[in-house]
Amino acid sequence: MNTRRTFIAAALGSLALGALLLATPPAIAQDKSIVVASTTSTQDSGLFGHILPIFTKKTGIAVKVVAQGTGQALDTGRRGDADVVFVHAKAQEEKFLAEGHGVKRFPVMYNDFVIIGPKADPAKIKGGKDVGAALKKIKDAKATFISRGDRSGTHSAELKLWKAAGIDIEKDKGDWYKSIGQGMGAALNTAQGSNGYVMSDRATWINFKNKGDLEIVVEGDSRLFNQYGVMLVNPQKHPNVKKAEGQAFIDWLVSAEGQKAIADYKINGQQLFFPNANDGNA
Amino acid sequence: MMTMRAPLSDLPVMLQDVRMASGKVTILDSVSLTISPGAPTVLIGPNGSGKTTLLRVLMGLLTPTSGRVTWGGRENAPPERRAIVFQRPVMLRRSAEANVRYALGRDDPARIAELLALVGLSGLERRSARRLSGGEQQRLALARALARDPELLLLDEPAASLDPAATKAIEDTVRAVAARGVKVMMSTHDLGQAKRLAGDVVLLHRGRVIETGAASGFFANPRTDAARKFIAGELLV
Amino acid sequence: MTSGHSALELVLSADPALLAIVELSLLVSLSAVALAAMIGVPFGALIALTRFPGREAIIVILNALMGLPPVVVGLAVYLLLSRSGPLGEFGLLFTPGAMVVAQTILVAPIIAALSRQTIEDLWEEYRDELAAMNVGPTRRVATLIWDARFSLLTALLAGFGRAAAEVGAIIIVGGNIEGFTRTMTTAIALETSKGDLPLAVGLGIVLIAIVIVINALAWGMRRAGERYAG
Repeated sequence: MNTRRTFIAAALGSLALGALLLATPPAIAQDKSIVVASTTSTQDSGLFGHILPIFTKKTGIAVKVVAQGTGQALDTGRRGDADVVFVHAKAQEEKFLAEGHGVKRFPVMYNDFVIIGPKADPAKIKGGKDVGAALKKIKDAKATFISRGDRSGTHSAELKLWKAAGIDIEKDKGDWYKSIGQGMGAALNTAQGSNGYVMSDRATWINFKNKGDLEIVVEGDSRLFNQYGVMLVNPQKHPNVKKAEGQAFIDWLVSAEGQKAIADYKINGQQLFFPNANDGNA
Repeated sequence: MMTMRAPLSDLPVMLQDVRMASGKVTILDSVSLTISPGAPTVLIGPNGSGKTTLLRVLMGLLTPTSGRVTWGGRENAPPERRAIVFQRPVMLRRSAEANVRYALGRDDPARIAELLALVGLSGLERRSARRLSGGEQQRLALARALARDPELLLLDEPAASLDPAATKAIEDTVRAVAARGVKVMMSTHDLGQAKRLAGDVVLLHRGRVIETGAASGFFANPRTDAARKFIAGELLV
Repeated sequence: MTSGHSALELVLSADPALLAIVELSLLVSLSAVALAAMIGVPFGALIALTRFPGREAIIVILNALMGLPPVVVGLAVYLLLSRSGPLGEFGLLFTPGAMVVAQTILVAPIIAALSRQTIEDLWEEYRDELAAMNVGPTRRVATLIWDARFSLLTALLAGFGRAAAEVGAIIIVGGNIEGFTRTMTTAIALETSKGDLPLAVGLGIVLIAIVIVINALAWGMRRAGERYAG
């Protein structure tokens, strides 16, 4: 039928035109840029907003940060969709290396986690210095606890702490334990909205703007130490990785200038991240 | 070498034993008819007798269930030299003159003005065609049909819902057009109109041609019983 | 973007970062609608004007596709465009191009379904007259599309409304990268999760303003259609 043929031709023509438009390199592409898969804490704390412009000004390389949980960021690296991964879960990072997806792990900086809770403090843990004891009290009181639940560095650290406190959280959790599967900001919002406890990295907490009734209830335990590491995605496994620019970013992060930029980032006079690229054990 | 195509004519239109059925219902039944150039042919008959269907078959919009239709001896002749005005014509969503221009197929302001004048719609060129009154729309549909310069003009109850003034306008146009050599075939249930306009008459009843003939003879001396009853104003059931 | 401004202050100050976000949002959604129209209108017209076995089923599917969940489309496009996926070599993931792709997929069924309905309805009206005027298939299509232009534009506006409002697809395939793939909706999601509610509200105000403008345009379109085309 003539009508049908006319149309099929027109439709195919449009599709072809559309495909052509998409296949041509996007005009918005930057000349020099890298994709860094990182965590929500580095973004939500404002750290990247502070240090990346310094790097870009020096090298002319634009850094495009895709902020996901640690687990998701590493998966993005595994698929070759990022050039560099910058996360904070050493065990997961070492697994990443062992699988051959990363070239080498460089420690960059650390900060610490804190336990956040409502002023009313139903589990009576405020002022404590022992995070294991605090978690136990939360469980015994069946006080609302918000978990990231998203395979992030923070989530991994939280699970380790339950274990260190002698609690099998998978078995012993109840309705009081709420696993939301989202980033740090969302977890803090949920805690604020449900008067619950949550474990957060200090930097995101300080930068968080919806604190409401929440405050730091437990801090300073050495087990709350949170180490960040950076890796170049292996170009041998993923040929599209921008090796030179990615390595330039890593080199800058661990250099004196980069480490100083990290240390200089303060909110309300408080330093959020502590550079430790020199620490061999980190 | 270019060959000149002799202009093909749609006339005479011949229906041979045409039957039009829809499921179990027969709308036209063994209709054999010849439409030749000349004075207007008027198709009369009660409602539901199949007049509209017959006109659509003559236009080529419907294919008979059985039987043959030829235009100037050709089957499957595309409607290039014939036009139809439907009982309820549909206006294109444009101005009156744009409707005529569409039918004309080219932009010819002089011709468009002429056609609109012929049907008495001068001055309404820019009006949105859908905003015209029923009578004006009927006349615009006629202008559209004439824009195609037809040999055969089919009209389905063209004045059915019009007041006498508008009816007169249509009838005058029909006469003028017929005088210029266009073969007009129209249906009507107004016997007076039939008498005013017909050269030939075709009486249709329940899908069958009951009687045909020259108007003068038909009205003065109908041959069939049904024709006599119909002319007398009785209900033909 | 500085915090501590009230929502309205931020909007009225025409903060350059805010403007860049609005610009990107419009660019992505308008591009998607343009592509979706190039695909959807001819396809809708084709379905409207031809008959073939399975036509009814296609119409049902097309109408159902209008309700494609954006996150599902986002996931599917993510897997397609990932470097380890079938279309990875184009390097489109985490770029505005990926966002356009995802939104085109979301919007095309809407435009196709609405075009089909509009053109089929008009065809029912025009059918006899066009046949009587011996109008061939190409001219028929052109006539229907032209005479239905206001309704078709309304369909495009509906598509744009859907694209401008969604976040699920573009946050997945775009990565919400600051200054690069951050749009109004993804920025609202981010700022909300950071607890910066005034900023999120400010962006929300801009977005709603745009939605209102779209609806005003659609209304104006209908009125123009009534006036000029009856």
